[in-house]
Amino acid sequence: MEIGLTHYLVLGAILFGLGLFAMISRRNAILVLMGIELILNAANINLVAFSRYNGLGVDGQVVSIFVIILAVAEAAIALGIVLNLYNNFATVDIDEANTMKD
Amino acid sequence: MLEQTLNSLSGFLPETVLIVSMVVCIILDLILRKKSAVVSVAGIIGIAVSGYFAWLQLGAKSILFSGMVVVDPYSVFFKLLIGLSTIFVIIFAMFSKEMKESTHKNEYVYLMTAMTLGAYLMASSVNMLMMYLSLETVSLSSYVLAGYTKKIKRSSESAMKYIIYGAASSGIMIYGISLLYGFTGTLNIYETSIFLSRLNPASEPVLIISLIMILAGFGYKISSVPFHFWTPDVYEGAPIPVTGFLAVTSSAAGFSVLIRFITNSFLAGNLVQNGQYVVIPGVNWKEIMIVLSVASMILGNFTAVWQSSVKRMLAYSSIAQGGYIMLGLTVANQQGVAAMLIYLMAYLFMNLGAFFVLILIANKLDTDELIGMKGLGYKAPVICVGMGVFMFALSGVPTTAGFIGKFYLFTALIESKLVWLALVGLMNAVVSLFFYIKVLKYMFLMKPEEGNTQKLKFGAGAYIVMFALVIPTMVFGIYFTPLVRLAEYSISMFGFR
Repeated sequence: MEIGLTHYLVLGAILFGLGLFAMISRRNAILVLMGIELILNAANINLVAFSRYNGLGVDGQVVSIFVIILAVAEAAIALGIVLNLYNNFATVDIDEANTMKD
Repeated sequence: MLEQTLNSLSGFLPETVLIVSMVVCIILDLILRKKSAVVSVAGIIGIAVSGYFAWLQLGAKSILFSGMVVVDPYSVFFKLLIGLSTIFVIIFAMFSKEMKESTHKNEYVYLMTAMTLGAYLMASSVNMLMMYLSLETVSLSSYVLAGYTKKIKRSSESAMKYIIYGAASSGIMIYGISLLYGFTGTLNIYETSIFLSRLNPASEPVLIISLIMILAGFGYKISSVPFHFWTPDVYEGAPIPVTGFLAVTSSAAGFSVLIRFITNSFLAGNLVQNGQYVVIPGVNWKEIMIVLSVASMILGNFTAVWQSSVKRMLAYSSIAQGGYIMLGLTVANQQGVAAMLIYLMAYLFMNLGAFFVLILIANKLDTDELIGMKGLGYKAPVICVGMGVFMFALSGVPTTAGFIGKFYLFTALIESKLVWLALVGLMNAVVSLFFYIKVLKYMFLMKPEEGNTQKLKFGAGAYIVMFALVIPTMVFGIYFTPLVRLAEYSISMFGFR
């Protein structure tokens, strides 16, 4: 069986679902951020697969490089914010660090 | 390729000025090594100059950097709006005690300049990659700014919540973009529209799914229901100038990119007939917009009624205001979009004004709770009258700019036979009057506590800035022709007549 576009799309969709699940179910801020990375990588797989199999040139691959760079920047800022949260609350649990209520 | 890039640079002047002024601010900050108004003034001058260059571009229509960004009256309008509001926000930060007491020096100036750059690009991008990048440019700086006062617990908490929701929704957005790219084979919104109009009928489920996923990214920027969860907590925890920035500048930028994306890509071949956008059959985004806007208005207004903190109340109010503004998209014509631009301009003055009065009060009383404002009308009459003007304007009372905004929006709805939607909006405006007036009730109808009737003193600068916001709020309520002319002129986008 030859590996085609569908396989990559299914892989992307699975990664997206796992990322969404991690974001919703995890309480630890770091694990939530890992879920977000999974979503971004799911998008990357889609973009690269589409541009490779639909003969769309390099557009999708260029976008995926930008997404990788943004993911790095986002992770750097997010870790700084998590560190600051830890300094203030002595926890990285986003449910415990919840002082503002309706 | 290279030649085209070099030619594009002349049209990219406002953004170039912003980049230069950002670098200048960083260098000045390093040289001065202490808190200083010089850096803020340099930032303000930089943004003002870039706004001037943007103003010079009014009337030009050109495409830059191989179809990444465009210059058209629509983008110029938003550049002016964004530049003006950022200047106000930097001035606010100079007044705010919260910002002064933070351990940082002047970082907020260049973070805000960077956000302005991102917002300029949001207003002018016509490529989905560019839209995503510029949206992230604004987001990344605003995550940092939300946690700017890092020793304060609720500030760090709000930054955490903001980055989680922001990163999640932009991740969902890029996934949606990847699906749309795979389906249409292009990232340019005009080519997308040409591709979609060739499909007959275009009722592919993937189109709807990708549209909703992309809307998650834009909806988070404009804090529309169901992507609004971050709004109350972030608004409450972030320093007030940053809250003002998020409520006005960042949401105006979100609207600019949302309007351009949705009215250009999901159209039948860029067609505009008699000012009416021809929506492709199969993807009826008008109905999606009706749902989002009604949900935002109702949730925002009815939750704001119960809030005890004015800052949190303004957070829910800005969700509701986003709902009103979105009404302009539900009619899918140029009249509606022009009404949105008018409303956004009015919203700039009235909402920033409310936040500025809140900064002045919080400087003196260290609180943003309603209880703390008891009898404030006796202690600081001028400031409280100013707050009254902004509150009336936000609820849409006649002779204020807010009324003109709502008037044009509802007129657009009624002319498109959406009378029921106009009635829903009107009903919401009545509800909103209740909680906006509540602030004034605490200020004027309640007596201050015993032994605490000292008059509060503010500097002349505070009054000047407040009147710089009060006067446009009042004047645009009476003499609004230039604003309406500018908005109607500005709706011509690249690719449209």
